[in-house]
Amino acid sequence: MAALHDYLIQAARRDASATAIVEPGVGTISYGELDRLSDRMRNRLVALGVERGDRVGLYLRKSIDALVAIFGALKAGAAYVPVDPGAPAARGAYILSNCAVKVAVVETTHADNLRLELESLGARPRLLAIEQVGRAGAGITAALEGAGPEHVSERASVDSDGSELAYILYTSGSTGKPKGVMLSHENATSFVDWCSETFAPRASDRFSSHAPFHFDLSILDIYVCIKHGATLVLIGEDIGKDAPRLARLIADERISIWYSAPSILALLAQFGNLASHDLSALREVLFAGEVFAVKHLRTLTELLPAPRYANLYGPTETNVCTWFDVPLPVPVDRTKPYPIGQTCSHLRSRVVDGQGVDVPSGSEGELCIAGRGVMQGYWAMAEQTAKSFFKGADGTPWYRTGDIVTDDGAGCFTYLGRRDRMVKRRGYRVELGEIESGLYRHVGVREAAVVAFADDDAGVSIVAFLSSRETKRPSLIEMKRFCAENLPLYMIPDRFTWLETLPKTSTDKVDYQQLKAMR
Amino acid sequence: MTQDVKQQIKDYIMAEFLPGESPDELTDTTPLISGGILDSIATLKLVMFIEETWSVAFAPHEVDKENLDTLESIMRLLGRKKPELTR
Repeated sequence: MAALHDYLIQAARRDASATAIVEPGVGTISYGELDRLSDRMRNRLVALGVERGDRVGLYLRKSIDALVAIFGALKAGAAYVPVDPGAPAARGAYILSNCAVKVAVVETTHADNLRLELESLGARPRLLAIEQVGRAGAGITAALEGAGPEHVSERASVDSDGSELAYILYTSGSTGKPKGVMLSHENATSFVDWCSETFAPRASDRFSSHAPFHFDLSILDIYVCIKHGATLVLIGEDIGKDAPRLARLIADERISIWYSAPSILALLAQFGNLASHDLSALREVLFAGEVFAVKHLRTLTELLPAPRYANLYGPTETNVCTWFDVPLPVPVDRTKPYPIGQTCSHLRSRVVDGQGVDVPSGSEGELCIAGRGVMQGYWAMAEQTAKSFFKGADGTPWYRTGDIVTDDGAGCFTYLGRRDRMVKRRGYRVELGEIESGLYRHVGVREAAVVAFADDDAGVSIVAFLSSRETKRPSLIEMKRFCAENLPLYMIPDRFTWLETLPKTSTDKVDYQQLKAMR
Repeated sequence: MTQDVKQQIKDYIMAEFLPGESPDELTDTTPLISGGILDSIATLKLVMFIEETWSVAFAPHEVDKENLDTLESIMRLLGRKKPELTR
């Protein structure tokens, strides 16, 4: 198995009539049909000039159409570049021009806008416009049929030794410009194989696809599901954050393997009315992307005690690199977040200090990862790529995650925080994430995010942004008193700012950039 | 007089360390230091404010949680140092 599209080709050969993808309330597509349609998409992309090694942009919402485009691009030997169609067109155009896509598959409603933005950057990729995206593949079928006979000549799907790029995922760079994380087929398949080994999926499973395709959680959703001939249930953005509707959908679609950011699970636990639904099909609940506040995880596992819960950790650059099987029940007095766990079997890890020297077991240091899952680099950013790796004594490139961890002596890691979220305050080293987990212990706090600002007077000032479930928010004195009881004095925030809800990125993580701008 | 002095101290704490908080929340017995309202720097600022406003001097050993943790205990300390302020 060397290429991601081989999963689809083989699953279709095994059982062509099995349901591959569900658009809830709209329709489904079988493995045989998805394989055939993506063959036609491959032919079309090749006719539009796509060659092995090219990039194909995706500018459309999550849908069967998008999956046809993904597999069409992979079969043509291209890497796909998914872009958030909900983000400003200028950002999408920047990404598509940055990695010089040859073709962009775009929803008709966005096509003109995107073309203008691309042209303003001097980029002129071919646009393949799809009308009526999200109608069980009718849109892309029509677009493929609309092409003349010269575009339907049969091509073979590209064989890959695994080293070619499969997709580029852009993540927000701290500099403000998105960075394109380049991942090869082998990067993805080594991760998918690890998932097979660890979670033992079956053809009868029904996977959630909650994360958008430009977020790396989608790699597990799509390819682990397709590899095992299971069914992928697409969850659109409209319903994705609406806890009551989401809970009903999980029940109605009998989802058995769920994967999302913890914030969504926290919403489900609080507002999903989970007790009123039959969620007995659910057997694995996986989460990744940020720290799961223990109080929400406890609520969730009390409401749904049957599934297995696993905390998956890893930056986009490695996809999941460590994982932790959460033992249930969650003790009532536990407030400390769970560990990120042990290194996945397809990767290796080490913990180093600022000079790149291994720290003794149990000491703090930066987690570094090597192995088949680690990215090829950032697109057209040689310097950034070089900075994110260091060479081991044997020449192995080690990716620096930027995350500070400790290990318990038995290879189980605990996440302490971001290298760049550590601030010094009055000589003390303060991890902003630790203040956040302290704030989460307050019953009135629903969400907490802490930001440090440079302050002429005090060097650094720490501001807590909070949202509350209660209509009467806890008073400032109450919050300060609570912090004094739960945190060292030097960690008590200087200011507390209450918001209706914290701003989120398109991947449902707290948007720290926006918070920083709210000073 | 007592009420005046106490009110001025309260106003100072509200303005400096509890901006935006409703004044009713800060009572005579609200813990200031153990309650996280005054950290070490804030405590020193408050002491300087009191020293300058009413021309009193605190000895270093007096600047502690026992004497300064509530408005009530601050007034008690002031009363010992300058009885006319709290009469």
